[in-house]
Amino acid sequence: MAELTDLTVAEAAAKIAAGEISAEEYGAAWRAAAAADELNAYLWTAEHAESLEPDWNGDGESAPAGEGEATPYGSNAPAPAESGPLAGVPIAIKDIFTTQGIPTTAGSRILEGYRPPYTATAVRKLTAAGAHVLGKTNMDEFAMGSSNENSGYGPVLNPWDRGRVPGGSSGGSAAAVAGGLAPAALGTDTGGSIRQPASLCGIVGLKPTYGAISRFGMIAFASSLDQCGPFTRDVTDAALLLGVMQGMDQLDSTSVGIEGGIELPTREDLAGLRFGVPRELGEATLDAGVRAVFEATVARIEELGGQIVEITLPHAEHGISAYYVLAPAEASSNLARFDGVRYGLREAGDADLVEMYETTRSVGFGPEVKRRIMLGTYALSSGYYDAYYGQAQKVRTRIAQDFDAAFADVDFVITPTSPSVAFELGAKTDDPLAMYMNDFFTVPMSLAGIPAIALPAGLAAPEDGGDGAPRLPVGFQIAAPAFAEQKLLEAAHALEGALGFEAAAGDAIPWKGGARHA
Amino acid sequence: MPEELEAVIGLEIHVQLATRTKMFCGCELSFGDEPNVHTCPICLAHPGVLPVPNEEAVRYALKIGMALGCEIAPRSIFHRKNYFYPDNPKAYQISQYDIPICGEGKLGDIRITRAHLEEDAAKTIHVGESGRIHGSAASLVDFNRGGTPLVEIVTEPDLRGAAEAAEWARLLRETVRQLGVSDVNMEEGSLRVDANVSVRPAGSTELGVKTELKNMNSFRFLQRGIEAELERQRELIGAEGTVEQETLHFDPASGDLTSLRSKEEAHDYRYFPEPDLVAIAPTEAMLQEARDSLPELPAARTARYEAELGLDEAQARLLAGDPDQAAYFEAVVAAVGEAAEPRVVANWVTGDLTAALRAADDAERPAVQPLADLIGAVASKQVSHAGGKQVLAILVADGDADVAAVIEREGLAQMGGDDGELAGIVAAAIEADPAAAEQIRSGNGKAIGAIVGAVMRETKGRADGGEVNRLIREQLGL
Ligand SMILES: [Zn+2]
Repeated sequence: MAELTDLTVAEAAAKIAAGEISAEEYGAAWRAAAAADELNAYLWTAEHAESLEPDWNGDGESAPAGEGEATPYGSNAPAPAESGPLAGVPIAIKDIFTTQGIPTTAGSRILEGYRPPYTATAVRKLTAAGAHVLGKTNMDEFAMGSSNENSGYGPVLNPWDRGRVPGGSSGGSAAAVAGGLAPAALGTDTGGSIRQPASLCGIVGLKPTYGAISRFGMIAFASSLDQCGPFTRDVTDAALLLGVMQGMDQLDSTSVGIEGGIELPTREDLAGLRFGVPRELGEATLDAGVRAVFEATVARIEELGGQIVEITLPHAEHGISAYYVLAPAEASSNLARFDGVRYGLREAGDADLVEMYETTRSVGFGPEVKRRIMLGTYALSSGYYDAYYGQAQKVRTRIAQDFDAAFADVDFVITPTSPSVAFELGAKTDDPLAMYMNDFFTVPMSLAGIPAIALPAGLAAPEDGGDGAPRLPVGFQIAAPAFAEQKLLEAAHALEGALGFEAAAGDAIPWKGGARHA
Repeated sequence: MPEELEAVIGLEIHVQLATRTKMFCGCELSFGDEPNVHTCPICLAHPGVLPVPNEEAVRYALKIGMALGCEIAPRSIFHRKNYFYPDNPKAYQISQYDIPICGEGKLGDIRITRAHLEEDAAKTIHVGESGRIHGSAASLVDFNRGGTPLVEIVTEPDLRGAAEAAEWARLLRETVRQLGVSDVNMEEGSLRVDANVSVRPAGSTELGVKTELKNMNSFRFLQRGIEAELERQRELIGAEGTVEQETLHFDPASGDLTSLRSKEEAHDYRYFPEPDLVAIAPTEAMLQEARDSLPELPAARTARYEAELGLDEAQARLLAGDPDQAAYFEAVVAAVGEAAEPRVVANWVTGDLTAALRAADDAERPAVQPLADLIGAVASKQVSHAGGKQVLAILVADGDADVAAVIEREGLAQMGGDDGELAGIVAAAIEADPAAAEQIRSGNGKAIGAIVGAVMRETKGRADGGEVNRLIREQLGL
């Protein structure tokens, strides 16, 4: 019999429900795998749970028993339901989601030791469906980064090549799933933070439509862009998790949910579906290996009966510029609450108020977070607002209009997910602009608020690797109109079957065991 | 002598809404409870929380907007106002900026610029002698108040004096109070008034440099604060100085104005649209409900009393400002019918009755019919005004007393001039005070009061004052 950890989430859940495998043994196998983390993917795992008293008030103190009654915002640390579509399934949670009583840092030293008094809606929905919190995963500080090198707790290593980055900001979640440390994980995507690490780690990453899943309890980076989504080994698992988590939430005014819910995809062909390739892709800076995988994937789509159509997204090239005004602007406001007054780090507590603020934030935030707070503060300043924030909003509107126009003609827009495969640790840390270009293909969908999925489509040799360097995964992105997730998942399912990435990559896939003990 | 300087005043009024819960979370509103018991992750701004607007607060804001004749925005939006302070846990206040829920309106003669929804700050308490953050031993924050729904009402600079500003603020308070959407208590801070004050040469249409006076916690202090600031500005300009734009604090104890911050120290709030909230788009049903729930408000009622009942403005405003009293007044007017003018009824209700209630330790008002009977009896001279006041005292003690029976029992029926009884009492009074009689004869009209008083004492107020006067003059041959 195959190892328990070889099963997909859907397979394991079905076997647990049918009594074919034991939920306890399945959970124990994953807890052991997570505890053996050598990738720095986890900041906290369920193995630590026994040593942790619940922190009911979120004040760093344990309260006496009996004071931890459920609040309207969540009962104590995610107690999983007995039954449900995910009964017995452990899931890794990006440390940006609040989990009552469980340390939650968003990858920042400013929240070291913080234990939230409530649990995020997305996590509560998973536990209500029977899932367990397997651990909290490492990430770029406050989700700001594309390599996971901006974590306050050290970088995450790519399980395909530990000298390389896993992508970011949800690097810990991507590495955990790809590295066989979790069957599935939650991430958040603001400008590509699910899709890019999924691509660099060779797994499936789904960014749903803005509003599909509640943001309540997701520590905000850029509120108008942040959206939660799953990392999984295959499209079916992504659909399963999305189906559980999506829905309107009374605690999030911007949540809408997906009408009709989500069913597991079954489609095997792409007949009658039209796929738009942006004309602008021709001029885009792109690794040759990535372009080759993209072209091969386009050929597969045609083989499956899909039609390839040229479209144009004339404003998409300004996406990065607009994004790096809007997201920092919102972040500068969202991160202002970390002031040392109520929770988390406080430095210079005996000094006067302003000095306490300044010292706490100087010590607590890392350089990229500070850079974006300054960028955003500047962009919102009186006298500069129209030139920066106002202009960027106009670009955002234009990009959304570009997609609307494209979707009048095609069902999907397809692009590579990332311009390159995983790069070496430290390669781009001194060049923020080069780092920002990682999001070139993912940011436009974020600005338009539309769903997009990253699929592992093939392998390519890294351009920065020497002769004989192992080939690394390349992602393929499919974007769909707002709330067309079901259609998107069906197409992705059909393409996934035809690509056969798992079979083709074989033992090179870390979670299959090949690289797990490398 | 410098030219005359005209006062130009606009007000900014914060009204705490008396909703059940806070503006963006489910915590109950409170006043005077233990610190920090009405808090939750949302109003403490824990990481990851989101605001959800309080629908009741939106309904209340719509009522205020309609009472002030404001245009209601079909889609208003929230902004974030960013600043660091411990009473502001998110480090931004959710407020409305360029598209407030209520646009231009008018109350009385004063134009309203806007009225918008926002959330209140928490309360900081500075431990130490100064009571201010500088030099305090420690600062504590009570988050119970943090997140209380507020409507901020801003006027155009249409007010021309301190007394007018205070008077208008009272009208606004009464208007909001009658909507039932706020306690509007200045001492408790559920109504807070700031004033923007400037002066300019009389007749000019340009605005001078304004200063902002913060948080005066009574109408009296509001008036005194504005008076002090107007005086300061006039003296400054008179001495060839210039007014600086700044925010001032008025200390009612000393009468001093101290600067809180200058223009240079003003915050850049970096307003931007709140991405966590969607636009407020009131449905037609919500608008209709707000419209239907509006009572007749003081300004409209004052105008109606002047136009339809012939009251003078001061009396009309006095009655209209108190809805209970106004309702009682209107019921008495109806019961009195043709027997007396509404103006006479108003005099009784606001004058003699108010005094009688106060004298009886704030007793209840008598029933409508007995008071109407009494007013009718006085108007038809069955009982004198003085006698009527005695009946009123009895009515205040026994609200359902029968007026005719009281007049009979107390022997208060007015003495006529025709049966000779009153003439006899007058003659006796003249005889008893020859000195006064002599003065009256020699042209000192005021001296008649002594004789009238004596007659009134003798008749226990049953005589009609006018008739007594006439009889004295007749008997003295004048
Ligand atoms: Zn609250």
